[in-house]
Parts: sequence; C-alpha cells; structure tokens
Amino acid sequence: MSRVQNAVIGSVKTVLGWMPERWLPGGTPDPLIGRHGEVGRQASRLDGPQKVQGKARFAAEVAMEGMCYATLINSPITRGRIARLDTAAAEAAPGVVLVLTHRNMPRLEIVPVMSISNMGAVGNSALPILQDDQIRYNGQVIALVLAETQEQADHAATLVEIGYEQAPARTRFEEAKANARTPASILTEKNQVSVGDAPRELQQAPYSVDNLYRTPGHNHAAIELHAVTTAWDGDALTLHDATQAIAPTANALAKLFGVRREGVRVLSPFVGGGFGGKAFWDHQVVAIAAARIAARPVRLMLSREAVCRMIGGRTPTEQRVALAADAAGKFTAVVHTGFSVMPTYAVCPEQYSLGSRAAYRSKTYQFGQRHLDLDVVPNTYMRGPGESVGSFAMESAVDELAHQMGIDPIELRRRNEPETHPLSGTAFSQRGVLEAYRMGAERFGWDQRSAAPGTRREGEWLTGMGCATGSFPYVRMPAGAVRIHLTQGGQATVSCSAQDMGMGTSTVQSQHAADRLGLPLEAITFEMGDSDLPPAPMAGGSAQTVSIAAAIAAAADKLTGELLRMAGNASPVAGLRAGEVRLVGGELVSLEDPARRDSFHAILSRAGRETVTVTASASAPLEMLKFAMQSMSAIFCEARVSAVTGEVRVTRLLGSFDCGTILNPKTAASQFRGGMIMGLGMALTEETLFDERSGRIMNASLADYHIPAHLDVPDIEVIWTGIPDPRSPLGARGIGEVGITGVAAAIANAVFNATGKRVRDLPLTLDKLL
Amino acid sequence: MAISVNGTDIPVPDDPRVSLLDLLRERAHLTGTKVGCNQGACGACTVLLDGERVLSCLTLAVQADGRSVTTIEGLGDGAALHPMQQAFIDHDGFQCGYCTPGQICAAVAMLRELQGGVPSYVTADLAGQGTVTAEEIRERMSGNLCRCGAHNGIVEAILQVAKEQAA
Repeated sequence: MSRVQNAVIGSVKTVLGWMPERWLPGGTPDPLIGRHGEVGRQASRLDGPQKVQGKARFAAEVAMEGMCYATLINSPITRGRIARLDTAAAEAAPGVVLVLTHRNMPRLEIVPVMSISNMGAVGNSALPILQDDQIRYNGQVIALVLAETQEQADHAATLVEIGYEQAPARTRFEEAKANARTPASILTEKNQVSVGDAPRELQQAPYSVDNLYRTPGHNHAAIELHAVTTAWDGDALTLHDATQAIAPTANALAKLFGVRREGVRVLSPFVGGGFGGKAFWDHQVVAIAAARIAARPVRLMLSREAVCRMIGGRTPTEQRVALAADAAGKFTAVVHTGFSVMPTYAVCPEQYSLGSRAAYRSKTYQFGQRHLDLDVVPNTYMRGPGESVGSFAMESAVDELAHQMGIDPIELRRRNEPETHPLSGTAFSQRGVLEAYRMGAERFGWDQRSAAPGTRREGEWLTGMGCATGSFPYVRMPAGAVRIHLTQGGQATVSCSAQDMGMGTSTVQSQHAADRLGLPLEAITFEMGDSDLPPAPMAGGSAQTVSIAAAIAAAADKLTGELLRMAGNASPVAGLRAGEVRLVGGELVSLEDPARRDSFHAILSRAGRETVTVTASASAPLEMLKFAMQSMSAIFCEARVSAVTGEVRVTRLLGSFDCGTILNPKTAASQFRGGMIMGLGMALTEETLFDERSGRIMNASLADYHIPAHLDVPDIEVIWTGIPDPRSPLGARGIGEVGITGVAAAIANAVFNATGKRVRDLPLTLDKLL
Repeated sequence: MAISVNGTDIPVPDDPRVSLLDLLRERAHLTGTKVGCNQGACGACTVLLDGERVLSCLTLAVQADGRSVTTIEGLGDGAALHPMQQAFIDHDGFQCGYCTPGQICAAVAMLRELQGGVPSYVTADLAGQGTVTAEEIRERMSGNLCRCGAHNGIVEAILQVAKEQAA
C-alpha cells in the first residue's frame, strides 16, 4: 500500500466528515434491527444432516471419469537453483502420466495479489509458479507427478532426481532487522503515527511499562488439507476447490490461463476449515496446468507437510509496547511498534498495531510497524490477523501497568476508555466494551480474584485469574451481488457465490432472507459455493455476513420495486414506492397504512408471471469510513500452574462480546468458542518451529504443531451485550476473528496472577515457568 | 478376498500399498471418511473395524480382508440418523463438518469402550465399571482433532447419547 492510497483514503474520510449521516448507508438504521423474526433464533445448521452423515461433498471428493492423481515435490533447500533434473525414471514408473517441472510448465504471468477492492486479485504470493529453475524458499513447489493412482504418483515422486546449487539465504530474524522496511501504510491505515511527545511522557510519568513481546509463527491447521479436483473440456475449466475466495479465483484463473471468464467454473460448496489459509496458492495453478497438458481430470490433495511448508501462516512478531500513566491512572503515552516478517512477495502486513490505535485514550501516541524480508513461504492472513498477536502485547502491558499501580486491571481500562476514536476523533458507531466487562466480571466472579500474584494454591497447583480486551474492526467488502428468484407460490431462492468454511453462512443468510422478504424460513433456499452465481466477495476479515446481508437488502429493495411495478394501478399498494412498504407474511404492506397490502401471489398472478428474478449489488461500505466500527470483547480466564512442572491448565474461560446483533445464537456461540480455542492454542502450545540455520520449518505435521485437543479445552462460557450497531446491516458486526483476540493475553495475565511470573514470549510453555 | 463395508463386500485392492482410507474414498467413493493428515495425528479418518475404532490412514486395506468396516455412511439406520449424529446437530458439535465423521465414529466406539470397563488415563478406579463423565470423554476423544473449536458441543453430544443409552 502506498502514500497515494493514504492520501486518497484520507481525503475520502474528510469529505465524508462533511456529509450528513443520513446520506450514507447505515445512516438510517436497518429496519430489520430489533424486529423479532428468524434472525436471532437458535436455528440448527441447515447443512447439519449432510455433515453428520458424511454427505457434504468437499473438493477432493468429486468423482470424475478418467481421474488421475497428483503429488508435489517441494524444495528441501531455501535459496538457490535446480542444477540437475532427471525425470526419466519417474516418467518410466508404472502408471505415470506426466511429470511437470519448470521445463514443461506453460509460461504464465504472476497472479495479481489479493486486494479487497479488486475481485480478480486473489494471489497469496507474487512469486512465479514453476516458471524457472530458481528456489526462493524452503518448501517451494518444484515438480508435480501425475499418475493413474495416488500410490503410483507418490512412488514416482521419489524417483525424480534433483540436484541443487545452494545460495545464501536470509533466514534470521535478528539479522534482518538491519534492513527492515517501513511501509507507508498498513492495510488502509497510515503506518507511522505520532501524536505528542510519547518518549518524553514515558520518562516523566510516575508509572510506566516498556517491554518487548514475542509471538512465533502460527499455522491455520484446518483439518481439511488443501485440495482440488479439476478438469478441462476444451477451453472450459472446472475447478472443485477448497477456497474462501470463489469468484476472485475464477476471475484470476480466466486471466492466468487466457480463457473466457464464462468458461471457468469454480465450485466450493463446503470448505473444511479456512481461517485465512484457504485462498489462492501455487497448488491450484500446477494442478490446472497438469490437467490441461494431460487432458485428464486431476485430483491434488496436499500432504500435511506440504500444507505447512507451501501455504503460509501467521508471521512471527516482536512488538514493543510502552504505556505511561499519571497518578490518576490516565494514560499519558501509548506506544506500539515492532517488527514482523513480511517478504516483498507476501500480502499480509500482520497489522498488530492497528487494534491498539483504537483502544485507549492517551495524551500521546506512537505507532509504527517494520517489515523484515526473509526467504520464507509468504506469510498470510490467519484468524484475527494483527489483533490476535497485537492484543497479546497491548493487553499484557495494560495488566503489567495495572499491577504496578495497584489498580484493578478492569478499572484501569475503564479510566482510559475513549469516547471517540483516539486518533481520528471519529464517532464510534456503537461501543459497549465496558458493558461487556461488567457482564463478564459478574458472570465470571472476578471479585474472587486475589490482586496479589502467587497467593492462591491448592496442592501443587497455583491458581490465578486474568482478563483482557479483544477487538477486531468491522469490515464490509466493497463488492458483491445477490440474485433473488421469487415464485408465485411464495418460494424464494437467494443466490451468490458465497463461501462457507463452517461459519453457518447458508443458515444465517436464509434466516436473514426470510425476515427481509417476509417469508417463512422453509420458503427460502440459499444457493452458494459456485462461481456461476452472482459474485460474492471472498470470505475474510469477518466481513462476509454483513457484505452478503447488504447485497440481499439491496436485492430485496429491487424486488419490492419490481413487485410494485407489476402490481398495477388497481392494487391496494398502487402508487407506493419501495421505501414505503415492507415485506411481511408474503405481502407488500404499506408502512403508513397497514390496511393497504397486496400479496406476492396475487401480484404475480395478475401480471401473468410464474416468477420474478432480480439481481442487485450492495451499496458501497461508506459506513466504515464515516464511523469507527469494531467488534470487541472482554475475555476472562482462570488458569492453574503446577509449581512442580510449570504445566499450565486453563480451567475456565469466558468471553463477553460486544459485536452488535447476534444473528443466530447457536452458531454464533460456536464461532466465538472456536476463536477462543484458537486463542487457547496460541497461548499455550502453538508455534511454528523455524530452523534459522536451514530456513526449514521443523514441525510440519499435526503431531508436532500442537493445536488444542479435547483434554485441553474446558467448558467455555460465551455471553454478549447484543446491542445492535445502528450503522450496519442487521445491526451486526463480524464475529469470526474477534474470538481469538485478547485470549492469549487473558491467559498470560492469569498465569501472572497465579505465579507472579510474567511471560512475554508465546507460547506459555512450561520451560518458561520453571 | 473381500472387505465388508457397511454390509457390502468390496474387493481387496491389488496394490498392497492402498490404505483402508484411500480404498474407501477413492475406490468405493465413500467420501464421508475424511483425510486430515495421513499420518495418524488427527483422527479425521476414524472408522469402525469389527466395531472398534481405527485410523483408516494407518490401516492397510489388505489388513481389513475378511473383516467388517463401518463408516459414517453406514452408522445410521437407513434414512434415520444414528443418535450420535442427531446429538451432534442438537449440540452444534461441528462447524465446517470435516472432522465430524471421524469424531462421530470415534464417539460411538469410545462409549462402548468406556461402558465395557476399559480404563483410561483419567479413570480413578481401574477395576470399576466405566463412568461416563466429561473428563473421561475429553481424554478418550483427544485423538480426534477439531480446529473449528466444537469441543464443548462434541462433549455435550456424547454425554447426551450416554444418558439416552442409560435410560
């Protein structure tokens, strides 16, 4: 992102500041807010029966006539070139169809890297894919072997002889600091921001903390491996993919392979977990190229090791957080800076300082991130990008300052709660984090906490409590369309190329469409997961639900206009405009005079129409620029630490969320819990072990990269304020990312309260507590 | 030479390298059994072999010769859901649904083990009758990883089924 972008976004924000709120989408609250209907009901997942019976069809599960199977070979060296390559033995092995290397790979352009404003830009890497003999990181794909069976492909891959010429590689975090880059912006925010003289305040303040916090690399570790099943029919391409970005993938592939967009179909009705990792990587491209050359359908499922080594994860960070406070506990300095790894060919700046910019009121501020360039698999977005690790640093620091001052950490946060956005002065659309704290503290029994660390002990176990704030910005994507097809019989099909990695997209949007169209839930069919449907933006940034909701609202408005037009002059609703009626009980009903009504059935019958179909795009998400909008949480943890082994067990975890309207309490609670459990893993066990000597990831398996197992996960309580956001569709904000934020800090703070030991390096393994 | 899969005989593959997992997914097209790691670390490929849970990725197909395999597709009674499948829906014991068939197969066999008196690491009385507790379930289900974080719902679903069975 550039300085030009900073200027453009800055001026748009300035202009928006002059405009009256009612001109903006969200200026008038969504009329569905507060209406009791399907939204807000504890609906079970509509796809539940399919999933529990194994009938949900994932990308690697589509059968095709003449299928062949692919295996990849990944580079075991970090930097250099392929000096010798002999594929003869592999090609002669039983069942082998094709060995694809840089020698016979079609010449392809670089895939444009992902961007929220360009629906054709989807790449996670700006590196060429199998285009030359260069090795640029350890794990880079260097060959694909295709055979009649998986077993034959796997064996033949061992017969490809490759000699490497190694070159020096940049693999060391500390050494890279000398050449750190300072980007102009982080996503859509200006990177380096200073307000007042923070260094001076730090020196003069009666209370201050100033420490470094370190977080390692993390892996998405979705249980479904990245996989595709793909086939060409002439110039028409079908790709069954496990992807969070269906329409952008189809757009990018058409351009990359030089075929018509209409001839490319990407299907992804179910995705076995994404968390940011299931977007566009090298494997789709090599599989599609192989299918074209072999003129056969191809299935490629990455090995778990390949997922770890050629799909980037969350990057490691080293963050400095410094806080200063006056005698009254008011912050006089908030500093959050640091280093993270981001190769020039990667897309994710791991925006760890952005959450801190909207967190607390202070006299002075200093923010800025620096990027380190290493020869590694390009890092990418992973659940709660930025805020997950950023909140660990900031919320640990707040706890440290509270301890130093002898103030309750919730009280310290209350004293520094901002009334408007701390840097821009922009109004919050709605912010109830203090209410979330109040509810959470009461429910959790925070008053049982002993302020003095290390004072509660039962046998070998030291027990403590901690809390922390979580946050993630509201995002609505600036693109996306929805089609509504309504029949005379009152059945509606709502369609777009949306993705579901387990969030419950079809369930929640069906509930929403039922209320929006005034039809029962049973009358709604939600179609998704197919690039032939109207394009939805990628599922990311916790943005999909409101993005699609806005498109459904726009399409419902258009449908209303269409029905009013068809209703004719004899209709009781004749002369009314779309904004003057609402859809309820299968009818158009005048807002002013509810006696004026006409049913969908009657209107379509009179017009001699069986069906009516409309397609519309969502309004531009200007509310994001006009207001400061964030999902927030107060996380509470009780942890016990063995005084003998240093083992940490989290015994209780509670999340109190302030995320606007909760659309489906059942699925929302699951999503919050899921985020918190990923936070639990981040706190206690998860760590991509990177060998700085070789540049190789050492724990590329689920046996060695430890995600929480059943025995690690206590009963997790989830509550919410439920206060609707007056500026967003349905009053909702995102809930997918915010669950992970704040959790690691709450756990680290509980561990400090239990032991008196402050650990600033994740994960909190027992060696750090002995 | 045949393997009985959900009551239907399927031939043992010629290639001895074929795992039971790949036999089910790629040759029998029973894709309800999932693959998450192919190295016995995640449990997504759990099926029942003669009624006991096994990791089908670490089981060669030839090892199942003459034996009976039950997969997620064969767990229910025709169109009706198995009580464990229904309990997973009731308690939202999944999100993406990918680890789910393995969790459900493991849960069904695990309850039998527990109720049959097989002790676990957290069992206090090794000689006693198995008592179904959340702690026992957590310990015994720890070989089935879930990344969406449906652990609480899964434990509740299993507790519900155990309660129904006891009633």
